[in-house]
Amino acid sequence: MIDKIFFNFTRFSALLILVIVAWIFVVLFNHSLEAMHTFGLDFITQDEWAPNLGKFGAKAAIIGSVISTLLAMILAVPVAMGVAIFLSEIAHDKIKSFFGLSVELLAAIPSVIYGMWGLFYFVPIIRDTFGGMGIGLLAAGIVLAIMILPFMAAVTRDAMNTTPDILKESAYALGGTQWDVIKDVIIPYAKAGIIGSLILALGRAIGETMAVTFVMGNVHKVPGSILDPTTSIPVTLANEFTEADSSLYFSSLFGLALTLLVMSFVVIAIAKFYFLRKARRA
Amino acid sequence: MTAVQKRILINKIALSFSTLSAIIALAFLFWILGVLVMKGMSALNWNIFIYEGAPPGYEQSGLKHALVGQLILVGLATGIGVPLGILAGTYLSEYGKNSKLAHTIRDISDIMMSAPSIVIGAFVYAVIVMPMGHFSAWAGAIALAIIMIPIILRTTDDMLQLVPGTLREAAFALGAPKYKVIKDVVYRGAKAGILTGVLLGIARVGGETAPLLFTSFNDNFFTTDLNSAMPSLTVTIFNYAISPYEDWQQLGWAAAFILSMFILGLNILGRVILFAGKRK
Repeated sequence: MIDKIFFNFTRFSALLILVIVAWIFVVLFNHSLEAMHTFGLDFITQDEWAPNLGKFGAKAAIIGSVISTLLAMILAVPVAMGVAIFLSEIAHDKIKSFFGLSVELLAAIPSVIYGMWGLFYFVPIIRDTFGGMGIGLLAAGIVLAIMILPFMAAVTRDAMNTTPDILKESAYALGGTQWDVIKDVIIPYAKAGIIGSLILALGRAIGETMAVTFVMGNVHKVPGSILDPTTSIPVTLANEFTEADSSLYFSSLFGLALTLLVMSFVVIAIAKFYFLRKARRA
Repeated sequence: MTAVQKRILINKIALSFSTLSAIIALAFLFWILGVLVMKGMSALNWNIFIYEGAPPGYEQSGLKHALVGQLILVGLATGIGVPLGILAGTYLSEYGKNSKLAHTIRDISDIMMSAPSIVIGAFVYAVIVMPMGHFSAWAGAIALAIIMIPIILRTTDDMLQLVPGTLREAAFALGAPKYKVIKDVVYRGAKAGILTGVLLGIARVGGETAPLLFTSFNDNFFTTDLNSAMPSLTVTIFNYAISPYEDWQQLGWAAAFILSMFILGLNILGRVILFAGKRK
């Protein structure tokens, strides 16, 4: 009797996850219907976002999201790879455990703090170096890169660590240098895992809100250069959700949320089910 | 230069680049930590714990409202998220095992773990804040709980699977019903691991800002009413940091410092427990 009750409790909790996820999609979809009916495809191809005129085009936000994330990836990937190689192959054990732990702890620092640091310390540097306002795509990309770096380095290191020692040792026995082993044994062996980890970090960067809200500017305009202030989907949501005053405005914001959810769901699913699963099987 | 010398040279250059990037990364991260500690420490004083929010320019302004609000929100989220997460993890590990349903749940939950938290805020806004007509602590806590469940589920599932099957069989052989086996044998064996998962889950949602922006919203005054908007450290950091007032920004740094110490502390505690559990 109790056995049955307990079983049903656990099953209910487990099924609840599926229900919640489905529910999230349904709710976001339903609430964005109005915007979809009103604008159709224009919603993602127009960049005019004028709440007072009742015009909502998400192009600027989508482009801002994509470019800031790509910028962050371009900056973070080489450094994260370097850190991962350092952590898995170069560092001595003691440095490794200290360094590895600090990377993992830094991954836990709330993103709002990265954003705050970016606003007070990094934006002035960009303003002085490149001119302009300082806030904009470049600042967002850099802060985002710094924010995802620890996570990216940690998962990439884990992927590299799956290379069996025996493979590395055989390569050393053939006279390979450390770099030869990294480039010709570890990276090819852990390729799927490494790519999966990088894409997973990308998935996180797309949806990141607080690190970029401070430094993006929230201007609904397709940026002319990476120094221009612009917006991204999470930034728009964070800034405007509590200000929306018409049902069409709300509906457009829900449409943005749905777009973001679909984008990150797809990216994360590719990372998890294509690359990381392949890595586990290998 | 011979081929060997060339390879050794390339090796040196490549390894130097890797070490250099590690140093650059660490330098940036310690820069941030350094700023946080310096700014946070200098802004810390007793007033912060005694007074609640005040208009800019007031001597007697503090963060009591945000600290208490944060504890309430995270406490409620833990109360909702931890039991659900542990039960769901138990189902996957003890009942579902390798069934198709169990795998689907694992996959979806894994994706949820990395899903944008602001979207979850929008969802909770639609299903709780809109029908209720106002922001509330409940809405914030539920948003945090939704983020927490996949983390707890995953660690519980992993940790329970580490408990040897022979232990379960021994308990079954003594005639114990399944729920007793799970409660008294499996949970006991995986205690340290589950606790670590819970602590890491709390640490993760404790730093979330985005899902609170339009669920629990914010409030500059002390409140314990779960049906009204509730201040939190994270949203307070955000609001104070973007404000143009020097003294609010100071308070923002103090809040950032307190929050980071809280989260790093939980992370370290979680690791210590796991480590101690492993050594036994």
